Amino acid sequence: MLYIDCPYCGSREETEFSYGGEAHIARPLSPDQLSDEEWAHYLFGQTNTSGLYRERWVHTAGCRRWFNAERDTVTYEIKSIYKAGEKPPGSGD
Amino acid sequence: MKSYSLLNLIRHSFSRHENWPRVWRSPQPKESYDVVIVGAGGHGLATAYYLAKNHGVTNVAVVEKGYLGGGSVGRNTTIVRSNYLWDETSFLYEHAMKLWEGLSQELNFNLMFSQRGVLNLCHNLQELRDTARRVNSNKLNGIDAELLNTRQVAEIVPILNTSPNIRYPVLGASYQKRGGTARHDAVAWGYARAADARGVDIIQHCEVTGIQVENGEVTGVDTTRGVIKTGKVALAVAGNTTVLADMAGVRLPISTHPLQALVSEPIKPVIDSVVMSNAVHAYVSQTDKGELIIGAGIDSYSGYGMRGSYAVVEETIEAVVEMFPIFSRLRLLRHWGGAVDICPDASPIIGKTPVKGLYVDCGWGTGGFKSTPGSGWVYAHTIANDQPHELNAPFTLDRFVTGELIDEHGAAAVAH
Repeated sequence: MLYIDCPYCGSREETEFSYGGEAHIARPLSPDQLSDEEWAHYLFGQTNTSGLYRERWVHTAGCRRWFNAERDTVTYEIKSIYKAGEKPPGSGD
Repeated sequence: MKSYSLLNLIRHSFSRHENWPRVWRSPQPKESYDVVIVGAGGHGLATAYYLAKNHGVTNVAVVEKGYLGGGSVGRNTTIVRSNYLWDETSFLYEHAMKLWEGLSQELNFNLMFSQRGVLNLCHNLQELRDTARRVNSNKLNGIDAELLNTRQVAEIVPILNTSPNIRYPVLGASYQKRGGTARHDAVAWGYARAADARGVDIIQHCEVTGIQVENGEVTGVDTTRGVIKTGKVALAVAGNTTVLADMAGVRLPISTHPLQALVSEPIKPVIDSVVMSNAVHAYVSQTDKGELIIGAGIDSYSGYGMRGSYAVVEETIEAVVEMFPIFSRLRLLRHWGGAVDICPDASPIIGKTPVKGLYVDCGWGTGGFKSTPGSGWVYAHTIANDQPHELNAPFTLDRFVTGELIDEHGAAAVAH
């Protein structure tokens, strides 16, 4: 069982949350201009990192707000939590 | 290869069975091979066997980072069935089913293949309708399938709670009598022994650390035991597929998730078929030793850790105990996890990649075991001819661009 530190509600059990997959995937700005390859990449081209992974969670059974986490996909340890729209800690970008 | 026969059994009894030869060699890797298969699991070993047997390609290495059969092939719940909804998937799994039916004889290895029948339960009206559709689709494709009502289900599985007053009442089930179980370790061992006998080198404890690509073509692999030159690299590494594909710069639509299973203490025979429920997400069968094998669902988050959360185990056990109240006081002996490769349309990708000479067999998600012989068969064909077999032609990587997805979600692929 993971304990996830919701930035709005504090630490809660994993079962209160839903998983949202990889974070920071930008929506295409002009979707009608995209080729099939570009669409496929947007829809299915997520990375599947073994190691530190930036991902989205939503506190479904709580505040129902989305936020981001940095989690190690091998040890499952959550390294940091930050709000949607914020830059990942230590990313420098 | 020393044949396993009654005569040899008697012969070896005179030397107290102490002189049976090793089942496969442990060779040093050669400098180069025609084909390097990554992953000595069910799919990789089956592919090596059919490459040698069907296509005469024997200069093949199967490299494995751990030990043979230590990954998903030794971690699944051993269920074999072929009752999928769509034509493409049905043909692929039915091809595997036909191979399963003669496989113990062919490999001269007892796979303990037991066609005890598989039931997929329906708990609400919509599920019953979807199941009726799938049963009809199976029949049209020549696959045995029956739609059972509650009373018929109760006759086959008397210990199942079929009371109408439970949270998920059993309204019916699909029944595939030819479905059943096979001993998963034996499948890996049987294929390994048969492939080794045909000259395939199985190299354990040899992790691939890089894939060498020059001008868009594979030229070799870097391993922890040195460089191996080859023009063809075939991945059969389930949850680790994207890690290896990334080494060659190929992006795959796969995400890796933990999947868990449990085994109870052994009890006398109580259930002689396989019972699966998509809605409550649990499946149960009993081994010859008497243990119940219980399969859970995947964890929602991605993970390579070969373990999942207890919340998933708890949900599964709740479902199993509601379905089978007789199990409520059983103790569980073992619990483990694996890493499965989930594909967006719940169908596998078997075929070529944009890099020439790099092949993938992945995206089987939670259902790779049952397809092992069929997957090996078509994958070997794809590698040997650099062209897909007609059965795996629809399962390209390209389908995520063209949109020709094979959507088995909900139809048959939630539980495996």
